[in-house]
Amino acid sequence: MVDTKVELCGLTLDNPIIPASGTFGYGFEFSRLYDINILGSFSFKGTTKEPRFGNPTPRIAECTAGMINSVGLQNPGVDKVISEELPKIKDRFKKKLVANIGGFSIEDFTYAAEKLDKEEQVGILEVNISCPNLHAGGENFGNNAKSAAEVTKAVKAVTTKPVLIKLSPNVTDIVSIAKACEDAGADGISMINTLLGMRIDLKTKKPIIANKMGGFSGPAIKPVAVRMIYQVYDAVKIPILGMGGVQNAEDVIELMLAGATAVSVGAANLVNPYVCKDIIEDLPRVMEKYGINSLKEIIGGAHCG
Amino acid sequence: MKQAYFKVISNKRIAKNVFEMKLEGDTSAVITPGQFVNIKIEGEFLRRPISICDYDKNSLTLIYKVVGKGTSIMSALVEGSWLDLLVGLGNGFNTMDSGENPVLIGGGVGVPPMYNLARELIGEGKKVSVILGFNAKDEVFYEEEFKELGADVYVTTVDGSVGTKGFVTDVLKNLDYSYFYTCGPLPMLKAVYNTSKTSGQLSFEERMGCGFGVCMGCSCKTKYGNKRICADGPVLVKEEIIW
Repeated sequence: MVDTKVELCGLTLDNPIIPASGTFGYGFEFSRLYDINILGSFSFKGTTKEPRFGNPTPRIAECTAGMINSVGLQNPGVDKVISEELPKIKDRFKKKLVANIGGFSIEDFTYAAEKLDKEEQVGILEVNISCPNLHAGGENFGNNAKSAAEVTKAVKAVTTKPVLIKLSPNVTDIVSIAKACEDAGADGISMINTLLGMRIDLKTKKPIIANKMGGFSGPAIKPVAVRMIYQVYDAVKIPILGMGGVQNAEDVIELMLAGATAVSVGAANLVNPYVCKDIIEDLPRVMEKYGINSLKEIIGGAHCG
Repeated sequence: MKQAYFKVISNKRIAKNVFEMKLEGDTSAVITPGQFVNIKIEGEFLRRPISICDYDKNSLTLIYKVVGKGTSIMSALVEGSWLDLLVGLGNGFNTMDSGENPVLIGGGVGVPPMYNLARELIGEGKKVSVILGFNAKDEVFYEEEFKELGADVYVTTVDGSVGTKGFVTDVLKNLDYSYFYTCGPLPMLKAVYNTSKTSGQLSFEERMGCGFGVCMGCSCKTKYGNKRICADGPVLVKEEIIW
């Protein structure tokens, strides 16, 4: 019997699979398809202080081996998530979930973090800092080490839950940002968010996405994720929740060898709603194939020797 | 919703750039006219949403227009090929509000979902009129099929090459009906909305990520709150629409 258990920020997960925020809603739709208690955990849809409709449509574009999305953090707001979405999933998901929060000011982040801190169902906070800071000229919080550290410190001050900072890959030096978050008290790093991309429709000669640009995800970005996880693993001591283009059990192992403690599956959920279940069922077979007895032991394995 | 493999029984061109594909498989997740399937296409990342034209216990008919790479690959599939489908997506039409003599208005590839709806309504004993709008004669399809169901069929073409010259609304404005159902390009939906004298249901199209309500890629605002075209739609009632 192989051992798929991993520890992420003090939480023991039956397996490292955590559906990524924005591709799993608040869990309800998927809980109707299969028993989602088989998951390590899941990260719910990015939640903000205020309800948000998000960006104009079209928000989605097909790409070679991936897709672009520009949803714009559509969500009902943290208060409604707590009063409606969490109770709705309580009976269907017995494990601790990952609460993903976004914000456009430090106060937005601390408001959502403080509210979710009181929720027993929440095991980990995942802080998406790839949002524009409206009080500082609209530059993303995640674009430099200083503002990334500021958000980390502020969120850590209002919660007792472990805090993962979700990093944007659209930066010059992701390692310095990861380090700054670690120094500011982050319990882990979640990476990578989507890569900024664009597609143009040859018929209209205009961008397909209404907002022009969006986040590129899917199997095409996996090598970027592997490279960045590898670099950050070398530089920080805190665990990494790795993600980027994961489609199967082999991809999970590849990200773990690069340095991920647990692995999120994103865009693949939209194409194959059963992909996380398939991966979890297939993991033991693939582990045996590559002579792996325990997943815990392979974390960062590519760095040895 | 159900994921299932379907076998291609036939796949043929029925009008300019328009194909009819018959599939065999488990359709138990389809519950009402106007729902759609999301098709995995070899080599493409996202699935392709296609409305259901007709279905019975173990077969589906889809009509699609070749507009890009995905539908082009579909059009080349031969009999006996297998397709991975998510079946029974979307809310579909509600036939309860139709009244005695509803009108069904389809434009271009908005025509297919009207077919099963017409069959359903006629089966319920309603007197059904159908307006089919196309650009030109070489794009016209399913006129005879609708007639065989027992519907009163009106065809319009923009260039007048067959049927009434003009738009579906040129016929609609002179018709008596109890309710309307429509599917087609956005400008047509808007025109039908403005011309219609009764309440009705409109089926919308949007670029989708998942097709089953989790990615929020196809959201729209309505008077009844935010809706996801794929899961809360594609059919919206006239009274809730915000243009």
